[in-house]
Amino acid sequence: MTVTIYIPCDSGALALGAGKVATAVSQEIAARGLDAKIVRNGSRGAYFLEPMVEIETASGRVAYGPVSVKDVPSLFDAGLISGGQHRLSLGNPAEIPFFARQTRLTFARCGITDPLSLDDYKAHGGLKGLQKAVASAPAEIVKTVTDSGLRGRGGAGFPTGIKWKTVMEAVSDRKYILCNADEGDSGTFADRMIMEGDPFVLIEGMTIAGIATGATKGFVYIRSEYPHAVATMTHAVEIARRNGVLGVSVLGSPNAFDIEIRTGAGAYVCGEETSLMNSLEGKRGVVRAKPPLPAIQGLFGKPTVINNVISLASVPVIMDRGAEFYKDFGIGRSRGTIPIQIAGNVKHGGLFEAAFGLTLGEIVDDIGGGTATGRPVKAVQVGGPLGAYFPRKLFDTPFDYEAFAAKDGLVGHAGIVVFDDTADMLKQARFAMEFCAIESCGKCTPCRIGSTRGVETLDRIAAGIEPEKQLALVTDLCNTMKFGSLCALGGFTPYPVMSSINHFPDDFRQAAVAVAAE
Amino acid sequence: MAVQPASTEIVSRTSAVINELKGLEGPLLPILHGIQDEFGYVPGESLPVIAEALNISNAEVHGVVTFYHDYRNHPAGRHVLKICRAEACQAMGGDSIAARVQQLLGVGFHETTADGSVTLEPIYCLGLCACAPAAMLDGEVIGRLDEEKLEEIAAEVRS
Repeated sequence: MTVTIYIPCDSGALALGAGKVATAVSQEIAARGLDAKIVRNGSRGAYFLEPMVEIETASGRVAYGPVSVKDVPSLFDAGLISGGQHRLSLGNPAEIPFFARQTRLTFARCGITDPLSLDDYKAHGGLKGLQKAVASAPAEIVKTVTDSGLRGRGGAGFPTGIKWKTVMEAVSDRKYILCNADEGDSGTFADRMIMEGDPFVLIEGMTIAGIATGATKGFVYIRSEYPHAVATMTHAVEIARRNGVLGVSVLGSPNAFDIEIRTGAGAYVCGEETSLMNSLEGKRGVVRAKPPLPAIQGLFGKPTVINNVISLASVPVIMDRGAEFYKDFGIGRSRGTIPIQIAGNVKHGGLFEAAFGLTLGEIVDDIGGGTATGRPVKAVQVGGPLGAYFPRKLFDTPFDYEAFAAKDGLVGHAGIVVFDDTADMLKQARFAMEFCAIESCGKCTPCRIGSTRGVETLDRIAAGIEPEKQLALVTDLCNTMKFGSLCALGGFTPYPVMSSINHFPDDFRQAAVAVAAE
Repeated sequence: MAVQPASTEIVSRTSAVINELKGLEGPLLPILHGIQDEFGYVPGESLPVIAEALNISNAEVHGVVTFYHDYRNHPAGRHVLKICRAEACQAMGGDSIAARVQQLLGVGFHETTADGSVTLEPIYCLGLCACAPAAMLDGEVIGRLDEEKLEEIAAEVRS
């Protein structure tokens, strides 16, 4: 029987050499005349073990990692294709602690299946949610999503079901499902992983959204920094069309739905929903004032559901297993699971899907294993470039939308970037302002001008020029940006700045003292 | 350095790209991507052709092209190296990587080497945050950048 060898094609794995490993493995198979084939799966998300090679044996999967090209001959010598023991043996991947501790609902298949095999998708529970949806009334689907407690995973945390209900009730000749795949936040890669590793789950989720709201057209707006995700999604949509998942009759039902993949052009602000819609319409990616809400007047002026990739990709499991099943996970008003992305200076970086409620300390110290450099953790930034920096003394904060808001932070898209004690928080605060200045769409003054003035003011602190006065000025400026900006770019840039000032005051005073001492 | 095509040729090749894509809903960004794929940059001569075809003003097309970081108004070097400058990469020594790469190539960010071999650009997140610092060379992703890998890249683009 032909043995299947899995080598990821996820871009994180490719960045660590998975492509070269696959070439080397295929050469060994040919040279040794073995009966084996390679399947390029997605990544399971443990990047400290990538490239992770897996073999399908009679007793289940056996993993090896991290594999480099020079390990390949010795792996074959050790009997790789029958799961033989080797220095890099990891055993059954499901039992690796990093995976065993997770609750994989949205990412159930990611890293296990061939991303572009619809048969594989179905064999692992795919399309069950859509099958239920085509047999349900739109209002029932919306109710299931509402009852599940699913909130927008892009960062805002708005209840998904409520958005859908508004669009369902809107009367229009045309409605859209718009998937926001402009995942620009540093420290986040969940959208990329699911699009590269399990694209059909996103297609299924969008199609369910279409049936629920009466929309017949969907767009996935993917950032241009993700060429692999664009390629995989484009290919997956073609396969879905050929197999009747998309098209004039979804799964043989009277519902029509089709999806088009669009590529962004390098503007961070286009992750903001109204800016994204302008961009897709072929305009400058400038933010629109709300109201009107996108659900009433969105893309091309039509009612539009705009959801993040993970929100939409979580819908199939909710439809399949029911609202109660999903709602059972989590704490408080944060229900279900969240794919936490552990990144930056961390020993065990990767994607960890778990129910809401883990503390920040558990995530960073237990799961992440502390810093990669081995130095103490100084700060972790949660929620991307617009998220707050948390010091160790706030590590008891549970991962929950409200709990983070109560500590002047945000869960955002659930990316966590770890910094060791060499981090200079004045520099990080300055970067937050600088990034806002580079990426501002320019529509509102607090963001456009405020960010530049912020950089200048922080530079004066670094130069030791009247630091106390500058700090008061930055605080006042942040207040103006927070309450006066049109969208989250200008409105949330104060989070990293003020959290740096409040939690790491020494970094702002020491700079001044150092200059004064010269 | 790539030889720039004559303007009549630009117009005809631009029109071909437009004709293929103008049936899309919101066709401007796909058309601009198509033109950049065709020429390696978005030539100034293409803009009035697009404006005419889509029935919008030259100013609108200019406004869109200049809004987005991706579109170039002149050709890049033979290779394009993008170094991630965002927080996760900063946490793993991204600043020293950025300094070293500029030194190795002898150019700053947004610049092309005098021999036209490589254009160096900053990028804000490649989604490779768990294998930082990260870069992209001609569309190929590279993780856990260090001195050795940077030297390999520099040698490769200069050859």
